[in-house]
Amino acid sequence: MSILDKKISELHQLLHTKELSVTDIVDASFDRIHQVDDQVRAFLTLNEEYSRIKAKQLDEKLVSGADRGLLFGMPIGIKDNIVTKGIRTTCASRILENFEPIYDSTVVERLTEADTIMMGKLNMDEFAMGSSNENSGFYPTHNPWDLSCVPGGSSGASAAAVSAGEVLFSLGSDTGGSIRQPAAFCGVVGLKPTYGLVSRYGLVAFASSLDQIGPITTNVEDNAYLLQAIAGNDPMDSTSAKVDIPDYLASLTGEVKGLKIGVPKEYLGEGVEPGVKERVMEALKVLEGLGATWEEVSLPHSRYALATYYLLSSSEASANLSRFDGVRYGLRSDNSNNLIDMYKQSRSEGFGEEVKRRIMLGTFALSSGYYVAYYKKAQKVRTLIKEDFTNVFEKYDVIIGPTTPSASFKCGAMTKDPLTMYMNDILTIPVNLAGVPAISVPCGFSGGLPIGLQIIGKHFDEATIYKVAHAFEQATEHHKAKPKL
Amino acid sequence: MSRISKDQVKHVAHLARLAVTDEEAEMLTEQLDKIIGFAEELNELDTDNVEPTTHVLEMKNILREDEVRNSVSVDEAMKNAPAQKDGQFKVPNILE
Repeated sequence: MSILDKKISELHQLLHTKELSVTDIVDASFDRIHQVDDQVRAFLTLNEEYSRIKAKQLDEKLVSGADRGLLFGMPIGIKDNIVTKGIRTTCASRILENFEPIYDSTVVERLTEADTIMMGKLNMDEFAMGSSNENSGFYPTHNPWDLSCVPGGSSGASAAAVSAGEVLFSLGSDTGGSIRQPAAFCGVVGLKPTYGLVSRYGLVAFASSLDQIGPITTNVEDNAYLLQAIAGNDPMDSTSAKVDIPDYLASLTGEVKGLKIGVPKEYLGEGVEPGVKERVMEALKVLEGLGATWEEVSLPHSRYALATYYLLSSSEASANLSRFDGVRYGLRSDNSNNLIDMYKQSRSEGFGEEVKRRIMLGTFALSSGYYVAYYKKAQKVRTLIKEDFTNVFEKYDVIIGPTTPSASFKCGAMTKDPLTMYMNDILTIPVNLAGVPAISVPCGFSGGLPIGLQIIGKHFDEATIYKVAHAFEQATEHHKAKPKL
Repeated sequence: MSRISKDQVKHVAHLARLAVTDEEAEMLTEQLDKIIGFAEELNELDTDNVEPTTHVLEMKNILREDEVRNSVSVDEAMKNAPAQKDGQFKVPNILE
């Protein structure tokens, strides 16, 4: 068993008894990265020199008996749309290939305070637009369970690096499923927190009303640890909520007796593969065995979520990505002789195909004469989708269904038709539109590839999600399976 | 009937400050038409009396004290500039 197969609490115990040093942990992480990352291709930038120095510093702290942070000595990978001071942050886009941020995002600041070690920056779909990591402007990441398959996206590498044991955990971002879908595809645990729970300051914006940063880990307990370190109000993000942060670890009691689960019929309907349905039904049986009850419920507007999402997220993206103009940072084209032309050439050379397509869709949806028909209409349907969840949560504690309609797919299988690729996110998107939190946890396999169980909670009720996810995890062996790599 | 024409696509590309070739415009017309067609399924819903959602949480007017805080230096601000002169961002001709 590798060092990095252990949980945070176990590693902390070993550090405490001096059986292990932080340097040992960081060495094991880099050894694994150097062993497998030429196949997985999760990292865009390694932070090796700094990490090894930082490990030594933390080891000194260990000897001196100074106060230790919550995540003391734990190696983490960060999705490359989260800015890191002085460390290249590309959003996997050519337009930011050489961009070195001049400040740290709030989450990275908090992770530094928690004594984590930032091992490097992780690949993604360009500007988080995609569901397979094939939209990276540099190279695609591969699924550790089957290298010919995609890891999902857009936080595909954040999930793959954890699944392959390269880092203990990672941060991703989730706008329409970008943490949960790759977590499901790679057999790891990924949480999209409630909108506003984690600061977005320093997250390069895709769709500001939907984006949330969240933790990806191999187990539920570690996930709770990581959320504990990054959650909470931040004056630098005006959409950050002022709520009390509970002790998430205290919610991991294993006790789900009397819990009421709603299972939306729309999440087990047409288009969801039989292998996925079977795993979800088995999971519900497990929870039933632990004393929870479940009933079929309806989220009647689910089928409109995908169209709503693409109109809203692309509209917001078209505005957010207007900042990439070749003036203050990023790529500037040499092939222009006036300002407007410089904007156009820089953006066209720097952005990839999917990013341009979404900017076009969003610009169209916001343009004069179409705004009411498309953008405003989608905002109204968003209200209906949000109300669906409010109604179900009046009677139920959590909503459970699959994370994705199918397991991972072969690289290249869905790149031809954008709409087919978008269908991947059909079960995760409604959650972002409603702003509620949801986790994906491993619940078995279909055709040799991992399947994710999605547990959705009320606004700011991550504690209940963790309680259910943890109880399920403890009652099953799914999370113990590791890819042969 | 198509929902978006090639000329419209070229106009939208100009608004979005993207340079598109004739070939790209052709492809984008086809793809956007399909995506917009898909989005039009929202018209099945009567939303006349529904308020639009712009933000999922009930919060408004987030205010803070107007205090002097640290800012970035000119050097830092210019660190990633593709072209600069005398501590300012340099751009191509604006006036012909």
